Amino acid sequence: MAGPGSNHAPGPGSWRGILVPLLLPTWAMIGIFLLLPVLLMAVYSFLTKEFRGGVEWEFSLAAYDQFFLNRGLFGDEPPTLEWTYITVFARSIAQAAGATALCLLIGFPTAWFIATRPASSRGIWLFLITVPYWVNLLIRTVSLRFLIRENGPLNDALMGVGLISEPLQIINTNMAVQLGLFYSYLPFMVLPIYAAVERYSFAYSEAAADLYANRWVTLREIVLPIVRPGIVAGCILVFIPSLGAFLAPNLLGGAKNFMIGSLIEEQFKKSLGNWPFGAAVSMILMTLVLIVLFVQARAATRQEVR
Amino acid sequence: MTDAVEIRNAVKRYGNVTALHGVSLTIRDNEFFTLLGPSGCGKTTLLRMIAGFEDVTEGEIRLFGQNIANLEPNHRPVNTVFQHYALFPHMSVIDNVAFGLKMQKVAQDARRKRAAEMLEMVHLSAFADRLPAQLSGGQQQRVALARALAPSPKVLLLDEPLSALDLKLRQAMRVELKQLQEDTGITFIFVTHDQEEALTMSDRIAVMSAGHVQQIGTAQEIYEAPVNRFVADFIGETNLLPVEVLSVRDGRAEVTLPGGHRLQVAAAGQGIGKHHLSIRPERMALTEAGDLQAVVDRVVYLGTDRQVIARLEDGTPLHLRLQNSDRVAVPAPGKRVGLAVEAGAARLLAD
Ligand SMILES: Nc1ncnc2c1ncn2[C@@H]1O[C@H](COP(=O)(O)OP(=O)(O)OP(=O)(O)O)[C@@H](O)[C@H]1O
Ligand SMILES: [Mg+2]
Repeated sequence: MAGPGSNHAPGPGSWRGILVPLLLPTWAMIGIFLLLPVLLMAVYSFLTKEFRGGVEWEFSLAAYDQFFLNRGLFGDEPPTLEWTYITVFARSIAQAAGATALCLLIGFPTAWFIATRPASSRGIWLFLITVPYWVNLLIRTVSLRFLIRENGPLNDALMGVGLISEPLQIINTNMAVQLGLFYSYLPFMVLPIYAAVERYSFAYSEAAADLYANRWVTLREIVLPIVRPGIVAGCILVFIPSLGAFLAPNLLGGAKNFMIGSLIEEQFKKSLGNWPFGAAVSMILMTLVLIVLFVQARAATRQEVR
Repeated sequence: MTDAVEIRNAVKRYGNVTALHGVSLTIRDNEFFTLLGPSGCGKTTLLRMIAGFEDVTEGEIRLFGQNIANLEPNHRPVNTVFQHYALFPHMSVIDNVAFGLKMQKVAQDARRKRAAEMLEMVHLSAFADRLPAQLSGGQQQRVALARALAPSPKVLLLDEPLSALDLKLRQAMRVELKQLQEDTGITFIFVTHDQEEALTMSDRIAVMSAGHVQQIGTAQEIYEAPVNRFVADFIGETNLLPVEVLSVRDGRAEVTLPGGHRLQVAAAGQGIGKHHLSIRPERMALTEAGDLQAVVDRVVYLGTDRQVIARLEDGTPLHLRLQNSDRVAVPAPGKRVGLAVEAGAARLLAD
């Protein structure tokens, strides 16, 4: 079947002559500002650390060793698996997954609601969803911290109404982090799902009803599979930045709930400064993300080929 | 026996657009019933109300005697072949066809078997595992037909189900659909704007225009006894002439045609005054001295026929059909001819 993938050249060879210079700035930007920093990180992760930050240009596996292996307090015991950082990763994955689930739970109905409004008012609803994002993320996260703290407005209001008698401990919990991540990334869930639902033709739902499917079955067997690409895109767009986030965990999670983002950030602070280790953690995180993306892409291709 | 579908004074309004103005129809059980009318006359709207996708603004619809106003579409024993197919894009052809059976909790083996039979019927067995996007428009349309038939509904609604097929296939499918309808005894409500399709397949036809039912009857009734100008004009080809009825006696009316010719025709309750007369082109013949005098203007070769356009004395054009045969002489343009109108071929219309 002919599609966007089929390779019909757009015209005679002269096109190529124009295309290359036109694309040159793009490639240059991607090369300098995208690939080069990643490459730099990769190189740094294999260098020796210098105290008070910075690196010495000498090859070393020390950073990866520190991440994966425990050689005892003085580094002379036989190595065993080091759990400290793996635990941070596991916690980050759990937190990011929780935030993604929360975003999906709230984002899907929201996207559905917007996509089923008359075309003229959809723009307004989308605009309203994105309004909070005109304010800096740091400020929003601090405000959220203020809102949910022990004697903040949320607890005051709930106690005022009489729903609770003791203030709820939300701040400095896993839930607070997930709430923060949810607040940070909700539009990344809503927008792709909105785009998928908007393209969904309700003629399919009618056909399903015509063939005796009730609403629930129609949602499960017809709607969800058809808008699935939007849902998957939304989940990826929320999960990946959540995994590496550090504002929400730092400001809302307290010391014991810290995540990969905070771990990396710590390594580039003057006082602690272990740049190769920070770079190594970043590389491991990136590898993890690439694996997620790869698995997803494989699954998507298989679905299409089926 | 109760009627399959009974529509009483159904009105459909979308805001201030009225799509149907008080439609009343009775469709008998086991009937092949056709809704025929030009684009935008409300055929799809009426089908959607029967299927339950649109509510009825006023009036009521009864299905086998039961008022279905409050019955959700998934509880109506009615299946639809949609005008735009609406095949599920993520399911293979066979899964599409089996979907209704799956919803009816038919066991996997049984529904696969039934779906395969349905695909065989529409000559698509070889395509069972493809996705709808990998089929041509005509193939998709046949899948839609198989999908709607698989659960053996009591009433099948077909919204222009043959429109995307080429002529050969369309003619073959007409015969098969008609056969299928007779074999299964399912009531078919068939929508088309193709009058030939309507005439060849239907037990009865409702001719619609602009949200009104103009006439209900068998193919022959509608073709030979159209009740008004719209029906006469829409079904087949006809000559519509403004005439004046001079006198009516014993069911016969004497009328004057444009140009002053007089003609005796059957009257259907019309009084003296101005009316329209419909004369089918194939029911006039060229003669030496006929009822009317005319001059041949043009002859158009159509294969099986020749279309002759002749003008009456005042210039009013009249179309007639001559069979393409050695026994029928072809007049030259400019020749004066006489036209013989068969008895009963001219029909006075009630407007
Ligand atoms: N949702 C709607 N809102 C407003 N008007 C509508 C709507 N659906 C249909 N109509 C109008 O109702 C009338 C009948 O439409 P319908 O689709 O029933 O026509 P149809 O006879 O099926 O035509 P076609 O042969 O082109 O399919 C049309 O004038 C159409 O513009
Ligand atoms: Mg229609």
